[in-house]
Amino acid sequence: MNIQAADTNITTDREPKMQARRVNVFYGDTHALKDVNLDIYADEVTALIGPSGCGKSTFLRCLNRMNDTVASCRVKGVMTLDNEDIYSKQVDVVQLRARVGMVFQKPNPFPKSIYDNVAYGPRIHGLARKGDELDEIVFTSLQKAGLWDEVKDRLDTSGTALSGGQQQRLCIARAIAVNPEVILMDEPCSALDPIATAKIEELIDELKGHYAIVIVTHSMQQAARVSQKTAFFHLGNLVEYGDTVEIFTNPQEPKTKDYITGRYG
Amino acid sequence: MNTYIVLLILLALSVLNFTLGKKRVLAAVNGDMAGLHSLPNHYGWFAVIFSLTPSLFILFIWMVSHGHIIDTILIEKIKATYGALSDFEINVHLSDIRNLANNDAVSVAISPELREAADYYDKLRVNSFWAAALLAFGIMLGASAYIAKLITPTLRARNHIEQAVRFVLVASSTIAILTTIGIVLSLLFETMLFLQHVAIDDFLFGLKWSPQTALRADQVGSSGSFGALPLFAGTLFITFIALLVAGPIGLLSAIYMTEFASDRIRTIAKPVLEILAGVPTVVYGFFAALVVAPAIRDFGTYVGLDVASESALAAGLVMGIMIIPFISSLSDDAITAVPQSMRDGSLALGSTKTETMLKVLLPAALPGVVSAFLLATSRAVGETMIVVMAAGMAANLTANPLDAVTTVTVQIVALLTGDQEFDSAKTLSAFALGLALFIITLCLNVVALYVVRKYREEYE
Amino acid sequence: MSKPEDLEKGSKLPQPTAWKSNEMLKRVKGRYRSEGRFKAMGFAAICAAIIALVLLVGSIFLTGIAGFSQTYVKLDIYFDPAVLEEIQTSSGEDLENAFISANYAKLTQDSLRKLFPEVKSRREVFRLFQFVSPGSRTQLQNIVREDPGVIGKTQSLWILAADDVDMFVKGKISRNVAQSDRKVSDLQIGWIDSLSADGRLVKRFNWRFFSSGDSREPELAGIWGATVGSFYTLLVTLIVAFPIGVLAAIYLEEFAPQNKITDIIEVNINNLAAVPSIVFGLLGLAIFLNVFQFPRSAPVVGGLTLALMTLPTIIIAARAAIKAVPPSIRDAATGLGASPNQVVFHHVLPLSMPGIMTGTIIGMAQALGETAPLLMIGMVAFVVDIPQGIFDASTALPVQIFLWADSPERAFVEKTSAAIIVLLAFLVTMNGLAIWLRQKFERRW
Repeated sequence: MNIQAADTNITTDREPKMQARRVNVFYGDTHALKDVNLDIYADEVTALIGPSGCGKSTFLRCLNRMNDTVASCRVKGVMTLDNEDIYSKQVDVVQLRARVGMVFQKPNPFPKSIYDNVAYGPRIHGLARKGDELDEIVFTSLQKAGLWDEVKDRLDTSGTALSGGQQQRLCIARAIAVNPEVILMDEPCSALDPIATAKIEELIDELKGHYAIVIVTHSMQQAARVSQKTAFFHLGNLVEYGDTVEIFTNPQEPKTKDYITGRYG
Repeated sequence: MNTYIVLLILLALSVLNFTLGKKRVLAAVNGDMAGLHSLPNHYGWFAVIFSLTPSLFILFIWMVSHGHIIDTILIEKIKATYGALSDFEINVHLSDIRNLANNDAVSVAISPELREAADYYDKLRVNSFWAAALLAFGIMLGASAYIAKLITPTLRARNHIEQAVRFVLVASSTIAILTTIGIVLSLLFETMLFLQHVAIDDFLFGLKWSPQTALRADQVGSSGSFGALPLFAGTLFITFIALLVAGPIGLLSAIYMTEFASDRIRTIAKPVLEILAGVPTVVYGFFAALVVAPAIRDFGTYVGLDVASESALAAGLVMGIMIIPFISSLSDDAITAVPQSMRDGSLALGSTKTETMLKVLLPAALPGVVSAFLLATSRAVGETMIVVMAAGMAANLTANPLDAVTTVTVQIVALLTGDQEFDSAKTLSAFALGLALFIITLCLNVVALYVVRKYREEYE
Repeated sequence: MSKPEDLEKGSKLPQPTAWKSNEMLKRVKGRYRSEGRFKAMGFAAICAAIIALVLLVGSIFLTGIAGFSQTYVKLDIYFDPAVLEEIQTSSGEDLENAFISANYAKLTQDSLRKLFPEVKSRREVFRLFQFVSPGSRTQLQNIVREDPGVIGKTQSLWILAADDVDMFVKGKISRNVAQSDRKVSDLQIGWIDSLSADGRLVKRFNWRFFSSGDSREPELAGIWGATVGSFYTLLVTLIVAFPIGVLAAIYLEEFAPQNKITDIIEVNINNLAAVPSIVFGLLGLAIFLNVFQFPRSAPVVGGLTLALMTLPTIIIAARAAIKAVPPSIRDAATGLGASPNQVVFHHVLPLSMPGIMTGTIIGMAQALGETAPLLMIGMVAFVVDIPQGIFDASTALPVQIFLWADSPERAFVEKTSAAIIVLLAFLVTMNGLAIWLRQKFERRW
């Protein structure tokens, strides 16, 4: 699969991790995304912003084909991961989702122990041959998610017993454990208090560079704080996409300007 | 004149009371409604409620009690006429007297004493009825007169009515409690009587069940033994077979319906399960006796096995079919109650639907599934018609599904249908079995409801 | 556990998992295989349930359809004045007695002998006389009663055949079985064949099945008595359970304080819903029959017992319907100065009525199919007469099915199945009505 870089309004010499070309999404008769073109780079955080119902979450859920679970949803266009069409028959959705991990709006730890939550992914994908290796993966993931010190003495208590912020970091650890290449975050802080939010943002900053990260957020400040690239969606259209600094200081489109100055949203 | 006519007269008087009450209060304020505390209709209803209720109560008391009082008097009379008699003989005399008075067939030649007793019985009946009817009328009239004095424009008729309505509401919701109390008391009472004949450990742990007792001491025949263990074992055995059938089928179809089935399959399968749930148990029983039991027996003969014509397998199999919809619909509820976010979280990690189901959803729904199985067990244990029609009567202690076993419910039906004297150990034992059945199912239900309640709290 | 390397910020990307390796691909394949297996198991389970239903309904329909027809034999009946002499000579009360006691059997017997004059031996003649149902006597009696002028004339009449003949004509008794193993002898088969060749045997729709009560003779037995019994029983159930259930639901949903007692009532109702039905039968036996001394076998007792059993269903359904009425309705009424009672009885109850009705019909359908409690209170008696009221002895449809299923006569099998078809038709109608009500009046707030 070879896509001309000229299709986008971004010019770069780097190879994008994921690419979206002319992506259209329909929910039944509703046209939720219209001709979206977007590149995602491996060592960056890409923020998707826009008012509610603008299609940013829909786009995110296309990237790991979570929209497959919605019966009425149809996706048209091309989406690639490492230049391979993720909607082609050759791509196995189970493997795709292991490579493109996801963290949800509300923390959703399984009603299992902390250890089993993190070990769940590696177990189903057979990433660890021996118990030691699994221990290792759980330890590393929890450490990367910045949760290790808080839970190391109670790995066998239930994941649901943690606080909201801890639960969300557990979910991040769970996603990390399957060694993904991209991590999608769907408003990961919207259910959290400011202190927990700060911790998650800090964590995103630390994870940047290890994984390509795509984050949907309602908060423009958050987008400005954590991301390098920002995409602004409005009514299913990708209005503007560029470096975060550019978007926030010098937006090209009037709609973007109105949104980030708080005229609507 | 009968009870209906008395009721009709009381109702007519009530209508009168209603109009009188309304007129009286309107007259008192010269038709100016503003001077009334409540609407005129409220005064009418006030008059009706507080005059009709006490008189109806009297009638009810008479209905419930007169039979017993007359019986007691008759028994005294029988004893005075015939001297010392056994309870059984007294009952025979009693029913003869009743039948003669009702012009029904009588078991013995009609003697002058009997004729006299029947006339006496008739007289008692008629007199007690008249006494009750007159008392009811008296109370009605007295209450009406008293209420007429009470009804003034300042009477808070509406508030009184609302209170009466509230009382009726509370009374209605206590019927459920009264039913439970009624069940427990009646079963306990008869069981106590039974335990005077049979020791409790003989009943619970005895191995021999043959309830045929001789009616009279001088009759030949077995004295009866009431070891209920084979019945409990038989019940559990058939229940176990039923769960073996319904457990996997019910749970798997629930899983398939919630996660895998296409809309087309769902539109077929859902009504199928609903119909299975709505088929009366007597139909299942007939199916078991007509189709399943012969089929199993024929198959057994074909492969050279000795199969009883009322095998435990046939009854258990059909009972299993009956409880499939229970397990599937309750498990379905439990699985769909697991939040969607669990499903998403698991799928987003790259698990297949099967892995999501087996490793995330099912463990999360486990309490609900367990309670589904408990409720299904309770249902199977208490199920009557299938086993009455398809299971045997002989109390065998066996683990061979091709043999006939009997169950608690089969024996209750066998003991209580047909003509029996009510206070023999044989009939009383049915109530002891009923009590055991009630306790077992109650425990299963309570545990199931508790588990479900706990589980709901987890997601709320 | 060892400390992992490369944790410092800004280090290189971690090595991606080798998803394309043979080992991984094989593993994924295996996972999909087990998914396929699991799906197949689920599908098999659904199929098992469907097959069970098809077998259940299919076998009952196949046997039951025959129960709706009955074999008749055409006989030339000579209303012999010698046999019916008394009817012609008597009057008044004697005439009534003469009508009842006349030897109608003789008329059919003569007619049969005329058809088969070769039958001579006493045994065979006896067999021949059993060719028609005992019900033929009533049939002839009615004809004579209607028009005594028929006496002395000959009429060609379709007479109800006996159940064995009926079974043979319907193919339920095979002629290929050895004579000793079937209820119809070779001789009888010969008669049937010759009558059938003459066009004297015919199968007709069995109206009697819908209009008569129970009988020991399968060809005479009908379900009307049981249907009426069921009707009276359900009537009592409805009259008792509906108001009490709705009032209890109103109290629990609208007025009950949040306390221990309310809690106990709720738990109690839920438990009551799961008590085995036969226990309710024991309750009915102990309370209604023994304490209150209501008549045995009467619909009033059956109805009361089933009412107690149905009560939890109605309460639970009514509570759900009441709960579905949004609080804004209550607020609006209260804001206009309505008392709590007025709010409930003028606004909430009418709005929740469709839901309550739906639940009640479903509860009634359950009660209609219930058998075990009725056995306990003696509604299993053999009742020929159609019950005239709720205090008459009667049976109910499911009990009738139970009784017939227990009867040894071969012909009762198809009657039982036919009765089941009727019962299922009632249940389908009731449930259909409930679904229709729900769809028609369902309101989205």
